Amino acid sequence: MDISREEIIHIAKLANLKLTEAEIEKTLFNMKDILNFANTVNKVNTDNVYESIGATQNYNVFRKDEIKEFGDRDILLSNAPEQEDGMFKIPKVI
Amino acid sequence: MSREDYEIVMGLEVHAELSTKTKIFCSCPTEFGGEPNTHCCPICMAMPGTLPVLNEKVVEYAIKAGIATNCEIAKNSKNDRKNYFYPDLPKAYQISQYDMPLCERGYVEIETEEGKKKIRLTRIHIEEDAGKLNHDEYGRGSLVDLNRAGVPLIEIVSEPDLRSSKEVESYLRKLKSILEYIEVSDCKMQEGSLRADVNVSVRKKGATEYGTRTEMKNMNSFRSIVRAIEYEADRQIDVIENGGKIEQETLRWDDVSGRTFPMRDKEDAQDYRYFPDPDLLAIKMSDEYVEEIRRNLPELPESRKKRYIEEIGLPEYDANLLTASKYLSNLFEGASAICNNPKAVSNWIMTDITKELNERELEPDQIPFTAEQLGNLVVLIDKGTISSSIAKKVLVELFENPKDPMKIVEEKGWIQISDEGAIKEVVLKVLENNQQSVADYKAGKDKALGFLVGQAMKETKGKANPGMLNKMFLEELNK
Ligand SMILES: [Zn+2]
Repeated sequence: MDISREEIIHIAKLANLKLTEAEIEKTLFNMKDILNFANTVNKVNTDNVYESIGATQNYNVFRKDEIKEFGDRDILLSNAPEQEDGMFKIPKVI
Repeated sequence: MSREDYEIVMGLEVHAELSTKTKIFCSCPTEFGGEPNTHCCPICMAMPGTLPVLNEKVVEYAIKAGIATNCEIAKNSKNDRKNYFYPDLPKAYQISQYDMPLCERGYVEIETEEGKKKIRLTRIHIEEDAGKLNHDEYGRGSLVDLNRAGVPLIEIVSEPDLRSSKEVESYLRKLKSILEYIEVSDCKMQEGSLRADVNVSVRKKGATEYGTRTEMKNMNSFRSIVRAIEYEADRQIDVIENGGKIEQETLRWDDVSGRTFPMRDKEDAQDYRYFPDPDLLAIKMSDEYVEEIRRNLPELPESRKKRYIEEIGLPEYDANLLTASKYLSNLFEGASAICNNPKAVSNWIMTDITKELNERELEPDQIPFTAEQLGNLVVLIDKGTISSSIAKKVLVELFENPKDPMKIVEEKGWIQISDEGAIKEVVLKVLENNQQSVADYKAGKDKALGFLVGQAMKETKGKANPGMLNKMFLEELNK
């Protein structure tokens, strides 16, 4: 697996990131490095190894379906630059 | 070439809000409505450092839906992040499921003119709903309400097995009815708790490859779904007939103009860069757990239908209509239990109640009266307290201002006159005022009797017992 310059530009666009030429080069270098590592790991023989989902062996950590109201809207909205009628105010979206 | 030379091919993505008490990853209530941002907490508002914990009922409800639609239930499953930017999605990713959904490979059976047809389901997965954008008074900005953000959804994805808007409607009605019966969603289209996106393509009849498809969103009633499909199929056929090509894109249906419009930023729309959510742990389902859910699943429409036909002796058509909605079916069973006359209850539902629903443009879940009230109405007819023509008026009252039918009848003075003396009085009066009809009857014109009974009914404002009237007129005339 490898990654191209075009893919870096595409991913940056999807992530709403503006990269300078130098940053594109640097990101490309770092990404290739990560993929190289993954390629090496991929070569390990995993026959008879238990397939895990995620980084720990824990599973089925659930919550009961019981209501707990947070109850403080003001504090939830308090960091917003602008608010109106109990809502976050943002630039117009169609 | 004309429309008849083409075949429409459709698959559906149906979103149903689950009727759990709390959201999928936090303990906020899912209740509809409420002041903006009052059903929210730091988790569903995506404050940095907060962590989601999966609601166990969401897994249970999704598995219920999977079992009821003949799906295979996964032994291992997980949650993934679907990444995109939109102001109603505070984390800038939606927690959904990508390659290991809870349920796969199911089917739902629908009735078509050519008989039963299986619509295959690709998968059912769990995910969270987004918030809502409102517009401010002056149109200068948008206002974000996150009450719906984090409400649990199941997405039910079908294979492209649907061939007409009629089939789509039957499929949706069937899904809605199943989800209602197993009580995992209240499926209120008007509140957005059941929504469908339709993938539409057309191809020449006999073709083996699918055409390019478009995805339509924003239809919020059965009627608008049917209209949108008809419009979009016509549009695609038109484009092809004029030598054009269909572009794969997402379209928004506009109910007012009756047209579809392309939604913007389509080129990157499909690139969601899914990856496993590292904040959540694997889901494993044991056979025992799944079996337990299967054992406790409420009775499904197919089984109720069979019971109505075999045990009560209803025609298949009637049993189909009654079981199409849990609300109708419960109304039928509840009312029958009270009056012990299921055939009469079925008749009321099939005729007058269906007619009222159509005229008032109501769905069965919006019926304002109770099964008990309908049962009591049938009791009043069976006891001879009211005639069936008065009963029709009582039914209209039940839609307008529901209360116990006996109360309605008393307040309106609609009780049937079955008192012999009172009826005789009316009969004698009518005979005296209609000498010509009496003469006609005696001359052999049987129709005159009908006229006389009609006059007596008019005289009593429809309240006289028609059987007694008939009998008494005959007695008097044949004296
Ligand atoms: Zn919350």
